[in-house]
Amino acid sequence: MTYTVKATGISKAFRGKTVLDGVDLAVPAGRIAALLGPNGAGKTTLIRILATLLRPDAGSATVAGHDLLADPVGVRRSISLTGQYAAVDDMLTGEENLRMMARLRHRSPCAARGRATELLAAFDLADARGRLVKTYSGGMRRRLDLAVSLVARPELLVLDEPTTGLDPRSRERLWSAVRGLADDGVTVLLTTQYLAEAEQLADQVAVLHQGRIVAEGTASQLKAGLGADSLDEVFLALTAPADDAADSADGTADAGPSTARRAAPPTRRTADAVPSATRRTPEVTR
Amino acid sequence: MSTAFTPAYAAPAHGPAYALSDTRVMIARGLRRSVRDPEAFITALALPVILMLLFVYVFGGAFNAGVGAAGGYANYVVPGLIVLCAGFGAGTTAVAVATDMSSGIVDRFRSMPIASASVLAGHIVASLVRNLLATALVIAVGLAVGWRPEADPLAWAGALAMIVAFILAMSWLAACFGLVVSSPEAASGATFALMFVPYLSSAFVPASTMAAGLRPIAANQPFTPVIETMRGLWMGHTSTGAALGHEALLAAVYCAAILVAAASTASWLFRHRTAGR
Repeated sequence: MTYTVKATGISKAFRGKTVLDGVDLAVPAGRIAALLGPNGAGKTTLIRILATLLRPDAGSATVAGHDLLADPVGVRRSISLTGQYAAVDDMLTGEENLRMMARLRHRSPCAARGRATELLAAFDLADARGRLVKTYSGGMRRRLDLAVSLVARPELLVLDEPTTGLDPRSRERLWSAVRGLADDGVTVLLTTQYLAEAEQLADQVAVLHQGRIVAEGTASQLKAGLGADSLDEVFLALTAPADDAADSADGTADAGPSTARRAAPPTRRTADAVPSATRRTPEVTR
Repeated sequence: MSTAFTPAYAAPAHGPAYALSDTRVMIARGLRRSVRDPEAFITALALPVILMLLFVYVFGGAFNAGVGAAGGYANYVVPGLIVLCAGFGAGTTAVAVATDMSSGIVDRFRSMPIASASVLAGHIVASLVRNLLATALVIAVGLAVGWRPEADPLAWAGALAMIVAFILAMSWLAACFGLVVSSPEAASGATFALMFVPYLSSAFVPASTMAAGLRPIAANQPFTPVIETMRGLWMGHTSTGAALGHEALLAAVYCAAILVAAASTASWLFRHRTAGR
């Protein structure tokens, strides 16, 4: 099996606080993988490392066949990142954003214009093409964000909490766009706090907690492994605080040192639960 | 801020043709953004006009009694106003850079195979264009209110070169401010000071008329030789009494030093700082 992402032992600490503690992740080509975890689990840090925005302290990874450390430019050519905060230019129109990004992917001005028109239609933004992005609604902005990620077809599309703050209808539309991409063979790695999102979209789910992958498999495998009825129960069981002193997720951004690492390592209970889920899914793990 | 100064990757190896194309795209972006904020754009263009009218028609009568510029205060104040407007323009640039850094778009740029220098270059060139426009307005309004330079074309070219060098130095300095501070608001505050530095120079009154304690500061701070170089080239004499060549050399050294220090610091900061968090 070919893997679009293969990461081994990725570790990262900020000022002595461990955020990622030896993360292994393998995403097969053409699959949608969800990285699930509470606030501060290290999801964004892992995404930023795989997108060449941060250097890991330890570990190695290949992304679309390019070594992260030796060939970051190769990685950048193969990926498209849609960060947690809409990465579009508010002061430009939707169309200008798309044309600019297509030009930065070194398409000719004419090809850039054509691609922008296609994407505006595909993401239902044709009517708003000439409006400044700062007048867009949250859902429109997210759709534009995704469209911008696709000016050139990436091998890997990385989405960091793509539907946070979206209403259900916008979320549904974004999901269908992501599914369409996967059908075209684009590998997708997304982070989410929404279990429904992981369940709906992902072929494989990895639960990140306190800087480690504590479970991975398909949504149903994870449920079966823990004897849980819903992914919610899996999530709560796997990411429960180790003791009462550990405070719960509080809405601060990932990788913030205050919430990135709680007092204790994952509980024994969690560690017991993991193998039963992962053992059944050799093809999606290592 | 936990990731603020964590080293990421060095600038990617990149073909010069792509770097040039990336920079062109970024310049177009900067220029578009400049005109998309009508309030800021109109303020930037109104400022030189209002200040010129204020300084010539309100303060000019009294100031010129001390300055003694032949033909009126406009013959003294034009270089000072150019420098003042460049300080204001630098503030706009700092805010633009800080806005970029606090939004997600820089992360996207940095995760793309583009020349990372192109992002800052776009801001700097847009800043240069905005400031040259403001300068042209100062000159045009100056001529309308009685400024009569006695310069030949060569001296005009020299004054223009001085302005460009000064604007570039201020723009890179502003980019540094924008990269260091955490928010656009802070960037605006940090560069506010740049608008007051000209008052402590020979911009509006000769340094020799100031309080004894201020005189050495006003006569020697970097803005003064820049202003005096322009004044000497346009009007044929400086207000400090120093030779034009001396002021020009000093101005060139100051600008080059600020330019090199600020540009290399800004490039380093851009590579090592990650957006917002």
